[in-house]
Amino acid sequence: MGMTLTEKILARASNKRKVEPGEIIVVKVDIAMSHDSTTPLAINPFYKITDKVFNEKKIVIFFDHVVPPPNIDASILHQKIRKFISEQNLINVHCEGICHQILAEKYVKPGYIVIGADSHTCTLGALGAFATGVGSTDIAAIYATGKCWLRVPETYRINILGKLPKGVYAKDIILNIIGKIRADGAIYKSIEFHGNIVKEFSISSRLTLTNMVIEMGAMNGIIEADEKTLEFTGNSGILMKSDDDAEYEEIFTFDISRLEPQIACPHNVDNVKDISEVEGLEVDQIFIGTCTNGRVEDIGVATKILSKGRVNKNVRLIITPASNKVYLECIRLGYIEKLIKSGAIVTNPGCGPCLGRHEGVLGPGEICISTGNRNFMGRMGSPDAKIYLASPATAAASALKGRITDPRKYL
Amino acid sequence: MRIWKFGDNINTDYITPGRYNLTTDEKRLAKIVFKEYRPEFAEKVRPGDIIVAGKNFGCGSSRETAALALKAAGIKLIIAKSFSRIFFRNAVNIGLPVIICAEADKIEEEDVLKVDFKRGLIRIVNKNIILRCSSLPDFILNIISEGGLINYIRKHGDFKI
Repeated sequence: MGMTLTEKILARASNKRKVEPGEIIVVKVDIAMSHDSTTPLAINPFYKITDKVFNEKKIVIFFDHVVPPPNIDASILHQKIRKFISEQNLINVHCEGICHQILAEKYVKPGYIVIGADSHTCTLGALGAFATGVGSTDIAAIYATGKCWLRVPETYRINILGKLPKGVYAKDIILNIIGKIRADGAIYKSIEFHGNIVKEFSISSRLTLTNMVIEMGAMNGIIEADEKTLEFTGNSGILMKSDDDAEYEEIFTFDISRLEPQIACPHNVDNVKDISEVEGLEVDQIFIGTCTNGRVEDIGVATKILSKGRVNKNVRLIITPASNKVYLECIRLGYIEKLIKSGAIVTNPGCGPCLGRHEGVLGPGEICISTGNRNFMGRMGSPDAKIYLASPATAAASALKGRITDPRKYL
Repeated sequence: MRIWKFGDNINTDYITPGRYNLTTDEKRLAKIVFKEYRPEFAEKVRPGDIIVAGKNFGCGSSRETAALALKAAGIKLIIAKSFSRIFFRNAVNIGLPVIICAEADKIEEEDVLKVDFKRGLIRIVNKNIILRCSSLPDFILNIISEGGLINYIRKHGDFKI
């Protein structure tokens, strides 16, 4: 019996010829990451083990969740992290964008083991790496030892086939998949994406797919590296593929040729509906950004739609590029000027209002369409607010109307 | 000892909401736990209380404050039909016992429980029912018995599998 891509990467990193689902292994970590929300709780555990990090080149620290700090509590946490960075002489420090985006732009290569103290670390699997999230104590142990224990996951293979309909994007497809598999349907599984649609997708769209596998409970999402991946990652890394006789616990096939734009309704990510079921609902805030949908491709689609009118006077539209690299490219392409002229508020790169700490906190009764990945009650502010998750196209069309709107009218 | 029952998909935004989650101080964390989802919890929870939940407990973000706040509030055990992978690791890593029991539904808030953690058995004393739980690998039981990952690594110097 052959191995899946995930099993091959894990076998290599644990110095074994073969690994099997259920087995507990210890892997060497290529890139370890934490950010301003998860680093503070890693510092004390780290110093209980050692006084020196295992390898400062393999550690990346981000300030992205609340940056710049909007209050004294956040500032105190940032100070604590800065002190740790200075004591350990850490060299890879970023405050110009979301951790997963910058890891994709600068650090991750196919075949790597990437462990991050953030649940959406699974995003990086789009580059043919094994990437998963852990908490602060785990990351502290990795910073000290360079190693992490993992239970080898069973793999679900998801084939995405057909012809991409107008107005349907990677976000609609992954929401549709989550609606079918459900929030607990893939706990601890590896999800391997295949099919002509995945092959045709840009790296940006592939990152959107793998970003949301955690919303089904999955350990990692992964896409075999191809020529697009190599171009994106500068022709480096280790290329591997699943064997033809690899064992999959389940195989799902999604033909998306007739899919309409999808929307996840309050208060669970798996509460997914066709846009036609909720079209017309009035909204108060629209947020385009996040590690799911804050890239040039996403902001480009939004710009195209928003250029056809002005942001409705009853809504605030917040656009947060995923990184400074994305931001500069959007400026160069003229997107930012058009967006500002349409009435959008463009913020500094980072997580923005996704986790309810700043830059657009929802008030009681407010309704938001977000291009992010979580719509839990209270996530973006008041527990009496409601969050709908959709593609950048749906978000932009809804900003023009002030209501949930099918983007196909504007394409 | 009180049992607090919860449903399916209790996420970390419910346990430690992002807006209040700006501290590493355990006493402050204990005060914000379930602040909006179940406002009476932080005030009424007592040391030794148990949480019994449905599927996918602790889903969502990797914030370790969720496990830490529950531990700081006095929770001594969480029984759930299933856990999110990261929450489960976080709880084990900080020495907060967690146990997977497919029949957790059978437990009610007024029940009296006796838990044999090592053998994976829960006895509902007042109903004289025994619930069988998923057994955990020895490697994970060892981390729990050392009181968490940091103690484990300090003792063994490395991962022993």
